[in-house]
Amino acid sequence: MTALIELSSFSKRFGDTPVLNAVDLRVERGEVVVILGPSGCGKSTLLRCLNGLETGHAGKLHFAGRELNGKTDWRDVRQRIGMVFQSYHLFPHKTVLENLLLGPLRVQKRSFGEALAQAEALLERVGLLDKRDAYPRQLSGGQQQRIAILRALCMNPEVMLFDEVTAALDPEMVKEVLEVILDLAEGGMTMLIVTHEMAFARAVADRILFMDGGVIAEQNDPETFFSNPQTARAQQFLEKFSYVENMPKRKSP
Amino acid sequence: MASSGLELLWVSAPQLARGAWQTLSISASSIAFATLGGIAYGVLRQLGKRWLDVPLRIYLELFRAIPVLVWLYLLFFGLPIFTGLSLPSFWCAVLVLSLWGASEVGEVVRGGLQSLPRGQREAGLAIGLSAPQLYGQVLLPQALKRITPPTINVYTRIIKTSSLAVLIGVVEVIKVGQQIIERTYESLLIYGFLFLFFFLLCYPLSAASRVLERRWSHA
Amino acid sequence: MTFDWHFVLATLPAFLKAVGVTLQVGAIAIASSLLVALVNSAILVLRAPLLRPLVKGYVELARNTPLLIQLFFIYFALPAAGIRLSGFASAIIAMTFLGGAYLTEVLRAGVEAVPRAQIESGLAIGLSRWQLLRHVILPQAGILSLPALFANFIFLLKETTVVSAVAVPEILYTTKSYIALYYKTYEMLAVMTALCVLLFLPLSLLLARLERRLQHGQFGA
Repeated sequence: MTALIELSSFSKRFGDTPVLNAVDLRVERGEVVVILGPSGCGKSTLLRCLNGLETGHAGKLHFAGRELNGKTDWRDVRQRIGMVFQSYHLFPHKTVLENLLLGPLRVQKRSFGEALAQAEALLERVGLLDKRDAYPRQLSGGQQQRIAILRALCMNPEVMLFDEVTAALDPEMVKEVLEVILDLAEGGMTMLIVTHEMAFARAVADRILFMDGGVIAEQNDPETFFSNPQTARAQQFLEKFSYVENMPKRKSP
Repeated sequence: MASSGLELLWVSAPQLARGAWQTLSISASSIAFATLGGIAYGVLRQLGKRWLDVPLRIYLELFRAIPVLVWLYLLFFGLPIFTGLSLPSFWCAVLVLSLWGASEVGEVVRGGLQSLPRGQREAGLAIGLSAPQLYGQVLLPQALKRITPPTINVYTRIIKTSSLAVLIGVVEVIKVGQQIIERTYESLLIYGFLFLFFFLLCYPLSAASRVLERRWSHA
Repeated sequence: MTFDWHFVLATLPAFLKAVGVTLQVGAIAIASSLLVALVNSAILVLRAPLLRPLVKGYVELARNTPLLIQLFFIYFALPAAGIRLSGFASAIIAMTFLGGAYLTEVLRAGVEAVPRAQIESGLAIGLSRWQLLRHVILPQAGILSLPALFANFIFLLKETTVVSAVAVPEILYTTKSYIALYYKTYEMLAVMTALCVLLFLPLSLLLARLERRLQHGQFGA
């Protein structure tokens, strides 16, 4: 069966600096893949290559059987692959509802009634229906990020990409966003998630991808990866996180 | 002296009005064309395509390096030589002021678009917006606030620079003033009037620009 | 269409002289404008009671009227009041009138652009107002103003073409004279264009480089 997303020997560099090095990856429909790794390992870049914000210089990218490259009409692809950013980037000069309806009405040319119904249903589901006429600056970070997720969902994508979507949030707002993503996963959405939230990764992922230096260093199911990392790099990486979780009490003078 | 001065202005009012109308026409037309051209320039340069960027950059540098008055002469004296066409001086002035004004407004627009957070562009692209939709729906509306005060300043400069049209023979308000001086020798009065005329045109614009800038300057 | 190189070569000495006049008028205008601006800035910063509104009024008047009108007023209108000045003197005074106002604004913006945090840190370590001005505000205001100052210097140099209207023999006036005398319009316009590009384009590119360097330098924003 053809995978929904397939990368073969995919490479990308910025100028002379290689960022992705002959990456091979298959993502099946309905799979939730979480990508972990130290900063600079290429995980964000990988995501951005999937919706055409960056282009690779070697290797192949296939989506739903079609090859995507420099000649692709990315507008079409981007309606089917949605992306949510770390800094949400809602359109500040538009209300919440206008943010949600811009894509469906202008890009997909759907009927206003139908698009409105979908947007309001989604808002209802995350408990933000009363904010439909508010402007982004009137909302908290967690609320804005949830709206950003809805904005992507309103396009009816087949895949959702999440690029460190809780990294810029105050800690108390992280939960409400992660709950939305979990909910989506339970509904069967195909997702690629870049995150630092280890417990969340463990809970939501079907597969963990550990990246380091532009390559996939280790791939495994979450239980195996977290309790028994196979590679030295993965072990070192996880160790750093467990230190923070179990920080020893400071010695008194 | 004052009363005869005011009397003279009153008597010459129709003439001065005709001249003022020419000045205002040149300024207003140039402002309109410069605004349209400037938005086009700013957006086109932001697209980042090499084949657009290089000629636009050359156009910008040409209008920066060559002073407006020189351009006026180039067009007025040079056009007939190169093309055999001769453009009336009024339209020479409008053409030069429009092109120069467009380069100035264009740089303001480009700077404004550039100063927007990069994520706005990416978020717009990620929901599948086309380039016209991206600029029309997302980027230009946001850039509008930071673009408006400097653009009003460019308008002020267009109005002031339109005074140079008298040097290629346009019968605008300065020329009319000079004609009146030739008859009456009231140079102090007339040039004083012209001073006031331009000041009253430009000052409200400068003041408006300042007010808007203060009101709209949020981090 | 033939290009009369022989004629161009023959007029070159005159044009070189004209460039000299352009630079001379420009340099004097820049220097005196700077002087006026420094005095005005002192008045503004030190908040001298009567003089402050006068300076503000002057700046508004000079910035909202065209150089040509200012020039014509000095050259054509003042004689009626008994003050008769040469074209050259009128040019210098008019350009100083305009340039002084522009540069006053630049210096004022430079002082205002010094981050509040700098002033607060200076006060926090106990500097007096005078020391604050001398060691913290003025040096930083100076560096922040440099690109805008340089940009205005270039602007003043380009505005010298306007003073051709009162027969000052700079490059535009010289071009016009030769066109009127010899009818070699094509050649003379070409020379003038070439001179403008040679004179002003490098300055404009230098300014861009100066702005870029200061971006990466001490000041982030």
